[in-house]
Amino acid sequence: MSASRQKLLWIAALIHRVSGLVLAIFLPLHFLVLGLALSQASRLDGFLRWSDMPVVKVAEMGLVILLTVHLLGGLRLLVLENAGWSARQGAWALAAGGVSVIAGFAFLFQVL
Amino acid sequence: MTSLSGVRLYTWQRLSAAVMAPLVVLHLGTILYAVNAGLSAAEILARTQGSVFWGAIYSVFVLAAAIHAAIGLRAILVEWARLRPVSAGWVSAGFALVLLVLGLRAVGAVVLS
Repeated sequence: MSASRQKLLWIAALIHRVSGLVLAIFLPLHFLVLGLALSQASRLDGFLRWSDMPVVKVAEMGLVILLTVHLLGGLRLLVLENAGWSARQGAWALAAGGVSVIAGFAFLFQVL
Repeated sequence: MTSLSGVRLYTWQRLSAAVMAPLVVLHLGTILYAVNAGLSAAEILARTQGSVFWGAIYSVFVLAAAIHAAIGLRAILVEWARLRPVSAGWVSAGFALVLLVLGLRAVGAVVLS
């Protein structure tokens, strides 16, 4: 394996780990907000109105990118581990990054 | 960590990932669909309230996410924060419990309320 591909896959592994960590930190907050629907729907609406701010939408876009890149990076690992090494791992990792950014912008266009 | 527990954690990590993969795709699709019209509590509840489908889907999602995130967190605590595996295991188990309780409460809130 070439040094550049090795570096690319190291970066892919780092992105997978960091995206997983950020999503894990986000999850309890996400659940707490949804839990507001249980007894305080007006507070949930207040939060949803707050989340209409452009800066929050950009942050949400970031979360969509992180969720997509973690999904695709994980699928790449599952295929790698169960179907054996593929010479195109670097290309798959790059494609995962590209599709994730597209998903993020698709979200942004939906909310604009 | 014994090699056996390592294999168990690895297996649970991959199993929970395989369970979650289609659910994440569904969740992303729902996000892209739902945000188009603008989110409100009424809109979310209209879609989810009383729905056995969404209740089951998101309950499984929460369970798999709690397992998956906790095992991932354990690896990070051991490898990056240099915690002892036993300590990292306890912190991760606590985190899994928090995710499970908050997650199922959230599912209940949007499906049963």
